[in-house]
Amino acid sequence: MDLSTLLQVLDSGVRLGVPLLLACLAGLYSERSGVFDIGLEGKMLMAAFFAGAVASITGSAWLGLIAGIGGSLSLAIIHGIASITFRGNQLISGVAINFLASGLTVLIGQRWFHLGGRTPPIKGAARFEAITLPGADALAGVPVFGPIYHDLISGHTILVYVAFACVPLTWWLLFRTRFGLRLRAVGENPESVDTAGVSVLRLRYTAVAMAGLLCGIAGAYLATSAPSAGFGKEMTAGKGFIALAALIFANWRPWRALGATMLFGLLEAVAIRFQNIDVGLFVVPVQFMQALPYILTVVILAGFIGKATPPRAGGEAYVKER
Amino acid sequence: MHKLPPWADVVLIPLMSIVAAFGISALVIVYIGENPWEALKIMVDGALGSAYGWGYTLYYATNFMFTGLAVSIAFRASLFNIGGEGQAMLGGLGVAVVALAVPWPHWSLALPAAMLGAVVFGAAWAAIPAWLQARRGSHIVITTMMFNFIGAAVLNYVLVNILRPKGSMDPATARFPKGAHLPTLYDLPLIGGYFDKNTPANITLFVALAACVAVWYLLFRSRLGYAIRAFGKSESAAVYAGISPFRITMYVMLLSGGLSGMMAINNVMGEAERLVLNAVEGAGFIGIAVALMGRNHPFGVFLAALLFGFLYQGGAELGLWTTIPIELRTVVQALVILFTGALDNMMRMAVAWAFGLARRRAV
Repeated sequence: MDLSTLLQVLDSGVRLGVPLLLACLAGLYSERSGVFDIGLEGKMLMAAFFAGAVASITGSAWLGLIAGIGGSLSLAIIHGIASITFRGNQLISGVAINFLASGLTVLIGQRWFHLGGRTPPIKGAARFEAITLPGADALAGVPVFGPIYHDLISGHTILVYVAFACVPLTWWLLFRTRFGLRLRAVGENPESVDTAGVSVLRLRYTAVAMAGLLCGIAGAYLATSAPSAGFGKEMTAGKGFIALAALIFANWRPWRALGATMLFGLLEAVAIRFQNIDVGLFVVPVQFMQALPYILTVVILAGFIGKATPPRAGGEAYVKER
Repeated sequence: MHKLPPWADVVLIPLMSIVAAFGISALVIVYIGENPWEALKIMVDGALGSAYGWGYTLYYATNFMFTGLAVSIAFRASLFNIGGEGQAMLGGLGVAVVALAVPWPHWSLALPAAMLGAVVFGAAWAAIPAWLQARRGSHIVITTMMFNFIGAAVLNYVLVNILRPKGSMDPATARFPKGAHLPTLYDLPLIGGYFDKNTPANITLFVALAACVAVWYLLFRSRLGYAIRAFGKSESAAVYAGISPFRITMYVMLLSGGLSGMMAINNVMGEAERLVLNAVEGAGFIGIAVALMGRNHPFGVFLAALLFGFLYQGGAELGLWTTIPIELRTVVQALVILFTGALDNMMRMAVAWAFGLARRRAV
């Protein structure tokens, strides 16, 4: 395999990994605060629809992004009301949200555009176009570093760089600020936070809203970040669940989330490019590559390699003592 | 909060949840620019108004009874089996392997064998997450969810590389032998006259009804059922009473996976008569809605499965005759899950408040 093929695969791994990264960080905020979120998929789908729809109507990718975040946030609020205020089952609420998004996006899409659930194709200012980083063209000729900088690092849309910036930002927010300490504490031991006079409800709502925001960006990326050209029915296609798998794989930590999502993105890129891989002794079928993220997650969860330690109060609604 | 009378808990709250779900769906229909009342008429007419309609309604309901029972029995042990979809997929593989292995002379021989295949494959697919939960402490929801995707990949691989007949491009098995054809309800004596020749409802319906009764007996009349419910209510109390969490988790998940797998005799053997990639079509997930709505009771599951059968067939008719996309079914399903599952406490509080008000008036 030569350098240019390698770079192509890596590049496509990054493209496929970015929505996973955003959704994974979304899940990280929510679950670190003690609210399980299996509705990442639905929120992302909703965001992708509204981003694609509004971008095609207004011709502005930025308005699309805002609409996408709005769509995702509205589902996040439902999740919050069900699982924080009314102390319902967080997993069931997530399942409901996924189906709600799956159905509503088609229903509203059909009403607005009559295209069987798609949004009209977008181009130009209606979508985020690739950015050429300074000096990328000039340095393209430099051996090894030139192509890496030009093909892999440069030439993505703004949302890709936003996603990568979210990793250190999340780390800083969670591990270096008072808010982050409280957020983590509320996911481990909400009683202690409550005793300290900090509102458990408000912290959890904030975390769930952050998840909504990040899923919104992830969805907008899917629909409006070039080369995408609009929303297609069921376009998240299980990415929300891979992101959830990545979150477990990353042991609920931001930097590891980056690693896990890029790994899973790369696996997908390899599966798309090479299909069945002949490793000499036997052929690795493409289905195995597709299932690998899930298999790896199961192995990690089972504690055969490493140990997954979820936030201790995850999944439990907080009942204030009287 | 006052304790609610049992009838409010069992009847009133699910009923309110349905009304809320249908109410919001009606608003969505209005938004689409159709008349909800007309839509409901089309649904009722399409799902119940003809031999053709109820043939499909009962066919779908049969699927949902199996997956609903599967989710319910796990819920009773406080386990959320979200993997019904994958277990039903693998159940289909079991049915296909059995049906294709032998040139079956008659369906009465093929059916028990296929049931066994479906149960074994479905249960095996639930056994791994169950073992991982019971022994390694992996979260059952996450592992069963992952196993849905792994199951889809396994099925895809097997269909493309092993079971696909030579020269066929379609990732599906060959047709099952004639002897493995299950009688449809139309073929049956006495009741056949009420059904249409071209509907897929078949003899599996009776298997599903028997499964409802069997699960009821198991849960409420057997020692194991008692242990399951005790474990579900309080694990520590169950352990104190000498109930092994490992064994209960394994038993329950094997039963649950087996029930999900059994669905395949309806859709794979009874309807398609070959195994295709997307045979389950989300029925595993609808089982969650059915179980929640049916209050995890086999009789409730039976009723809820009929309702969802109606919704499924009626929704398909809507897609045919109106501008309302067929995905309306998904929205109703989501709302039912939301109201009966996640927002259950909201409904409960509302009812408790109303009861409290009534009580105060009475005094």
